[in-house]
Amino acid sequence: MTRRTNNSLTDDLLRPVLETSTKFYVTTGLLALIVATGFGTWFYQIYYGLGVTGDNWPVFWGFHETNFVFWIGISHAGTLISAILRIVNATWRRPVTRCAEVITAFALMIGALFPLIHLGRPWLAWWLIPYPSERFLWPNYRSPLVWDFFAINTYLISSLLFLALPAIPDFALIRDRTTGWRNWFYGKLSLGWQGTPKQWHRLESAMHMMALAIIPIAISVHTIVSFDFSMAVVPMWHSTIFGPYFVVGAIFSGIAALNIVMAIVRKTLHLEKYLQPIHFHNLGKLMLAMSLLWGYFVFNERLVTWYGNTPHEMAALWSTQMGRYSPLFWTMIFFNFVLPFPLLAIRKVRSITATVIASCAVVVGMWLERFLIIVPSLSYKGTPYSWGAYLPRWPEIVIFSSSFAAMALLYLLFSKFIPIISIWEMKVGEHPHIKVAAEVQEAEAAGELV
Amino acid sequence: MTGMYGLFSTPELAQQAVDGLRASGVPEHEITIQSSEPLEEYRFGSRDRDTVMPWISVLGAAIGMATGYFLTSVTQQAWPISTGGMPIVTNWTNLIIIFELTMLGAVFASVITLMFAARLPRPLPKFYDREISNGKILIGVANPRDIERVERALRASSGEVRMMGTEL
Repeated sequence: MTRRTNNSLTDDLLRPVLETSTKFYVTTGLLALIVATGFGTWFYQIYYGLGVTGDNWPVFWGFHETNFVFWIGISHAGTLISAILRIVNATWRRPVTRCAEVITAFALMIGALFPLIHLGRPWLAWWLIPYPSERFLWPNYRSPLVWDFFAINTYLISSLLFLALPAIPDFALIRDRTTGWRNWFYGKLSLGWQGTPKQWHRLESAMHMMALAIIPIAISVHTIVSFDFSMAVVPMWHSTIFGPYFVVGAIFSGIAALNIVMAIVRKTLHLEKYLQPIHFHNLGKLMLAMSLLWGYFVFNERLVTWYGNTPHEMAALWSTQMGRYSPLFWTMIFFNFVLPFPLLAIRKVRSITATVIASCAVVVGMWLERFLIIVPSLSYKGTPYSWGAYLPRWPEIVIFSSSFAAMALLYLLFSKFIPIISIWEMKVGEHPHIKVAAEVQEAEAAGELV
Repeated sequence: MTGMYGLFSTPELAQQAVDGLRASGVPEHEITIQSSEPLEEYRFGSRDRDTVMPWISVLGAAIGMATGYFLTSVTQQAWPISTGGMPIVTNWTNLIIIFELTMLGAVFASVITLMFAARLPRPLPKFYDREISNGKILIGVANPRDIERVERALRASSGEVRMMGTEL
């Protein structure tokens, strides 16, 4: 076996960690400013109460809940996809996994913040934590909000561990290649890793076991988020397919987010050699499958409602097809299905640019989908005298925008401290038998093999 | 502690060194191997493969499941709250909490077992070389009984031999 000894791979992947440009500081500063504005707006909302938002009778769930469901959906990009690719031993996964896992960790943190933002008294959120107290009032385990607490925290903890464990050998690498505070800092993070065969085997076994556990956890998380809606007897919410419908939508938006992040990372950190067209090509195919599944669920959901012809359900349905919310609905259909389909289905068109365009459309479309699930149903509940409309006000829009800045900021800071592509896993990908398999896949993707 | 190790630039040379050490009578468990990547295709990289880790993860899952069951049902019986005509102990809804804690138990068990099995965290031992991070593979023997034979075996495989410890 001939091995590369020039360490170009390690150097390339460590460069973003060890070298810092002025652009980094400027971007970080700008993003931090936007995030600070978001927090400022939240404090404004806490001080003056939820009345400053557009949430009002009968629609008490608006932008904040939309963002909650949207970000939890985005979180499905990472750990779930990474776990599936690990278990099926997809050779092309290596540069993608950590990029994806980071999205999960941060999207979950941001998503989980929105129910708190929507609380009138967020300082009481800890009442959800199950512990013996003098109030003798433990959480009610029949409440979907308590299920959310358990599911999201399980997924967050598992995802953070799933992200952190394979980073240990990379921390050791940085420890050995640096001096001063970095050597001390990464020395602590590497936990004394040496790279003995036993350590490698145990690490891979642990990753395998965690991957097996994380797949059902991820599916349960979005199913449980869907229960927040489907457990309520509200028009178009009380549906048995909401669980899988939400999971498919989450994976769909998650892959789209992953594509966008990978394209940005590739360009800004100059990782073109590692994040190659094949990665966008394969994720594009996966996204196409999800687009078709999503379309199937949307059709199913609407056909059953239309066929049932219940008056209040029809009111909610028609508001999205031809009424007040119809521009948003048809935009969603265009962004989630009409536009991505040709871009992803035709192999010659499925370039990096096309995949990223489709992904941007899907992210917007999926946010609209979350909005359209929540708001029209609350606008047209069971009794016609309680019908109404919802329009967001500036605090919600500012907080919503700053959540994207928070994601970008956290991702930027992460890529500054930890290699965004797992170095040791890339090295394993260089082993001859694995490399041959990867090259065959690449040739297939490029249409060179029939 | 004393020690002697060689740094090898390819796994083939490292394998030769390990074979040489074995041939010169060094017991398997005394040979230290360190690399910056897993090299499972090679005999020296595939040792210590057997593990009971999956079973410990299953045990962790079982503990998580039991915790979930007792947390929900005991709480509901200790503080009965009548909700929407549901029974006091609602097994259907409790399954969600039980499931999450089962999975969390499996995850925690996997991580804790990894830490124990890989002996992490620990201070970086003296028997280590930063060159490993530059792609070199370390093959060595701590407290060798016959230094000359060990050195010969390591040098025979074109290893860059280094010694450590005060006695050497």
